[in-house]
Amino acid sequence: MQVTNVKPAMQGRTRSREKKAWSLFFMALPLMALVVLFRYIPLFGWVLSLFEYKPGTPLFKNTYVGLKYFQMFFTSKDTIRVLVNTFVFSGISFCALILPLLMAVLLNEIGSARFRKLSQTMTTLPHFISWIIVYSIAFNVFGSEGLINQVRAFFGAKASQLGVLNDMDSVYWFQSLLTIWKTLGWNAIIYIAAITGIDQQLYEAATVDGAGKFRCALHITIPSLMPTFIVLMLLCVSNFINVGMEQYYVFKNTFVYDRIEVLDVYTYRVGLQLYDYSYATAIGIFKSTISVIMLFIANTVAKLVRGQGIV
Amino acid sequence: MKVSVSRRVFLGFNYLFFGLFILLCVYPIWYIFISSISSGSGVGQFFIPINPTLSNYSKVFKLEGMGVAFRNSLVRTLLGTALTVLACMFLGFLFTKQEMPLRKPLYRILIVTMYVSGGLIPTYLVYRSYGMLNSFSVYILPTIVQAYYVILIKTFLEQLPPSIEEAAKIDGAGTFRIFLRIILPMAQPIIATIAVYAAVGQWNAWFDNHIYTFNRPELTTLQYKLYTYLKEAEILTQQLKMSSELDTGLMEALTPRGVRMTVTVITVLPVLFVYPFLQRYFVKGIMIGSVKG
Repeated sequence: MQVTNVKPAMQGRTRSREKKAWSLFFMALPLMALVVLFRYIPLFGWVLSLFEYKPGTPLFKNTYVGLKYFQMFFTSKDTIRVLVNTFVFSGISFCALILPLLMAVLLNEIGSARFRKLSQTMTTLPHFISWIIVYSIAFNVFGSEGLINQVRAFFGAKASQLGVLNDMDSVYWFQSLLTIWKTLGWNAIIYIAAITGIDQQLYEAATVDGAGKFRCALHITIPSLMPTFIVLMLLCVSNFINVGMEQYYVFKNTFVYDRIEVLDVYTYRVGLQLYDYSYATAIGIFKSTISVIMLFIANTVAKLVRGQGIV
Repeated sequence: MKVSVSRRVFLGFNYLFFGLFILLCVYPIWYIFISSISSGSGVGQFFIPINPTLSNYSKVFKLEGMGVAFRNSLVRTLLGTALTVLACMFLGFLFTKQEMPLRKPLYRILIVTMYVSGGLIPTYLVYRSYGMLNSFSVYILPTIVQAYYVILIKTFLEQLPPSIEEAAKIDGAGTFRIFLRIILPMAQPIIATIAVYAAVGQWNAWFDNHIYTFNRPELTTLQYKLYTYLKEAEILTQQLKMSSELDTGLMEALTPRGVRMTVTVITVLPVLFVYPFLQRYFVKGIMIGSVKG
């Protein structure tokens, strides 16, 4: 006990400082309580997956079934289908990761600052509108009374009966194009910001050495963006199973259901439409586990590649 | 400086590319807008309004529940944003205090929520047990504290010069006072960033409405209202397609296309007005986030 050796006055000051420090802790507590209430307490609900839970009954009155629901999930035909859907969408997103980088590089070549600014502002617009609005636009453009058919009618062509929104064969690429449309401009911002941070002397030196604009872009701009690109790539990999829900939920209909139903949409159907709470919980646990494992792997790779994690 | 032919061709294509890209982003919304006020058709119907009229708008304002939906969207956006900004600012500020006991574990507890979630059903059941089903609070309370915002704020505050706060502390100002009088005014750029993120998130939110409050018309939001119109229209048109004879009763039950377009315009308009002015704050948020990420 070193404190006993300290003079009383000093001791008092330390104590009041300590009290003040604890007051900070107690100020954080109510807000942290919200976090616990809304984000941690639901984790206890995971226990539902071990019971054959009937909604509206006390949990322990239900039969304990062990890992039955997990087995069900791993052997169900639906599982393969929804996982394939999920992976196709995230696979396409992964391949499209290069687009924002390219867009930023191309935008950088635009000489007029005003046009550059305008392009940046206008192409981020889709990011700010909700998926419902996107759906409404798609419905009004590709739907049966929509723009496409109006244009067809205008030129005397017959309206197409089943638009692209109801066409099973087009689901993957059509939804992916929508995702790209909505996110490209926004995702380019981070690269645009990175480009402004590149040392101008590099370009000057290269120009003196006789490099043209194209070689400057290829040998200076793009390599400078690589660290950012790698981080975003790893984040994309770690989110492989989280493709999001709103887009697919809004666009689903009876014609395209089989291919648009991703894991989250499936969980929703099982849980809130078929009321199989236990099964839906088991699927949720599976998803959370995979997410955490993927994040862990991506983080380890990041540490190896660039000496710094991504979380 | 001499510009080579290939460079000129490239630049031409580059301008063309961005021109088309801008068009692709803006035209769909413009098309919805002109269709919502046009009352005729003709050669120019795809580009400019023809015989403009506000009849669709007056129809929409008379629709049952539109006023309520608009009010709910507005209230959740204003209240949700204000509370989120205040709470996340304060928590971010507290987390910059090295002397706070258990600072690291608390911070970790918060960060973990970005990666682990209980999932749809457990969350649903817990919110139900809190009595938040069919209650306005479900729009606000769960999103007040968000890990990502707290990280952004903490990162921003740590870059501020500590001297001003030190001076205030010597003058005997308490934690709340320092937060209100010194931190909040200095942190305006990050406040704007978070406020814009939160406001857009609240205005665009609809899934909570769909899951937790769907059978309470008085809690409907604008987005969800539009969603129900659209889904109604979709299902009815599909039924029309599948039945061989035209069912006029079904046709009449359909919300007219003009009305759906008008609701779309009203729902998207606030965002369109606000976002170009706040663009730089978004960019700032992304950049602070990327420093951390």
